Amino acid sequence: MSTILDPTDERKPVVRSITARSGQLEGSIALLDIRKPRGNILLDRLAELLAERYPKLEVKRFEKPTFTKPAPTEVRQHIKANADLVVEGLAD
Amino acid sequence: MTAVQPFTLRDLQGDEHSVPTGTKTLMCFVKEDCPTCNLVAPILEAIHQDSNVDVLLVGQTSDGNQLLAANHSLTMPVLDDSTLIVSFAFDLDTVPHTFLLDDAGEPIKELIGFTKKEWRELVDEEVDDVQIDFDELPEWRPGCGSLTQDPLIADRLRAESENSPLRARRIEIGAHDDVHEFLFDQGFTDGLPVVPPTPERVIRMLSGIDREPQEVVATIPPNLAPATIEKIAINAVLAGCKAEYLPVVVATIEAICTDEFNCHGVFATTMGATPVMILNGPVRHALNMNMKLSSLGQGTRSNASIGRAVRLAIRNIGGAKPGGTERSTLGNPMKFTMCFPEWEERSPWEPLHVERGFESEDSVVSVFAMSSGPAQVIDQTSRSAEALVGSFAMSMRAMHHVKAHRAGDTVLIVCPEHIDTIQRDGWSKADVRARIQEVSSVPFRELIADSRSGVGIPPANAAKMSEEQLNRLTPKFASEDLIHIVVAGSEAGKFSAVLHGWASGEMGSIPVSRKIDM
Repeated sequence: MSTILDPTDERKPVVRSITARSGQLEGSIALLDIRKPRGNILLDRLAELLAERYPKLEVKRFEKPTFTKPAPTEVRQHIKANADLVVEGLAD
Repeated sequence: MTAVQPFTLRDLQGDEHSVPTGTKTLMCFVKEDCPTCNLVAPILEAIHQDSNVDVLLVGQTSDGNQLLAANHSLTMPVLDDSTLIVSFAFDLDTVPHTFLLDDAGEPIKELIGFTKKEWRELVDEEVDDVQIDFDELPEWRPGCGSLTQDPLIADRLRAESENSPLRARRIEIGAHDDVHEFLFDQGFTDGLPVVPPTPERVIRMLSGIDREPQEVVATIPPNLAPATIEKIAINAVLAGCKAEYLPVVVATIEAICTDEFNCHGVFATTMGATPVMILNGPVRHALNMNMKLSSLGQGTRSNASIGRAVRLAIRNIGGAKPGGTERSTLGNPMKFTMCFPEWEERSPWEPLHVERGFESEDSVVSVFAMSSGPAQVIDQTSRSAEALVGSFAMSMRAMHHVKAHRAGDTVLIVCPEHIDTIQRDGWSKADVRARIQEVSSVPFRELIADSRSGVGIPPANAAKMSEEQLNRLTPKFASEDLIHIVVAGSEAGKFSAVLHGWASGEMGSIPVSRKIDM
């Protein structure tokens, strides 16, 4: 993590760029359970639907130790190394 | 636990209260617009009135404290922490945040928000002689965010607590992001890489100037954004400046953000003008500026980064960006950077800043709104001032258009070999200007629009002019004082250069010179 100071007049929020979307569901997809209650049930159902509709897609499951803290570096690196896309069960 | 940090605050009557108090004390941080704070205020008031425990209510806004006291008829001390310094020191996330402190100020209990069970235990175990009807109260209520967590306030408080001069918004860049790509993505650059403005670098940059970092030195259009010393320093870091360059960048921002210079028009014009900075005085040597070989080109950190810092400040603080309010048809490479010093020691004449009313020992930046150039004047064969300056004049007629006379400001940069030719004949700057006007003069007849070029006097207007009027001579420039002359360049080569101006005078841009506080 590094910190810089905003060189602008700060009238706009800092906008983060997101990775370009391919419009395709292919490769492997990570389903990240952040450990919010029942997030796993939502992701189970999503995994079923993905398997049914995109049989070639490889679905992988990941978990954060706790929803209260950011994902540990190991978890982020593990996901980055093993998946092309991430779906995160963000909040209840 | 260790004792809390001691502090003193004033209550609504202006009386001071200090913590630790020397006795068992309940201290509760609140803000008036928080419903849970309003729930606990009467409980604390009851404890204050009937028990052995001292109670202090610490409120985060002055107006809110008045309201709380009035709405709940409070008699306990309501302390003013509207500066939030104490709240920040206690690292509060939530209000109400209640501490039970012992005689020495050590926390015995800490309650956040309102949980009936916790508060009932507190009263049962620690407080004597007070009756509170807990059955009437809800089981649980969350608190509200402490004002210290407000994003608009948190950064300022943190900087103040660290005794830091920095107030600019901090942007965290993730460990997996490439810092340079991030800076491009945010649009902070002119298209070339920039130096990441870390707090450490900005602090170092600020050491280059003896002014308050939060002083607003100018308002930069089109956003009309306040340019503080700190914001200019951040852009100077981006541009690659050393700390000692900062006073020049600041003086230039002050110079261009004047009514005379009219930088909004300069940035916005489709013609593509930009401030050209010319430095005079001791600053040139102090900053190792290049006034000799390639002084208008690349290769010298001070020349390049000072000009770039000004442009980046215009872009980032003022918001002038190509496609936004920067509407130049073709753009202009001088919009990256254009800053050079005059080689005063090689000139037979008064330097530019002295001509413009400063002392020779002053360090001065002069800004000119220029739209094209440097256009070289190549004359390797003239051996007299008369012929050489005649060449300048002929080339200068090309400014904007050969048939466009009554032209405005121009900068003529005379190289050393050409200076030698002019100096042999003992010509003054006034002689040079007069000769330029003389040789560039043509009869009005030659300026009539025709099939070779549609630029010029409309034929219908020319038809109304008398023979005498048509034969009268008109010089290129509207007046001699619009021709600004400086000396720069290497000892070898007979190549002087001309910068072409933009709209001049009240309706356009008037050159501005400003002394630099070194």
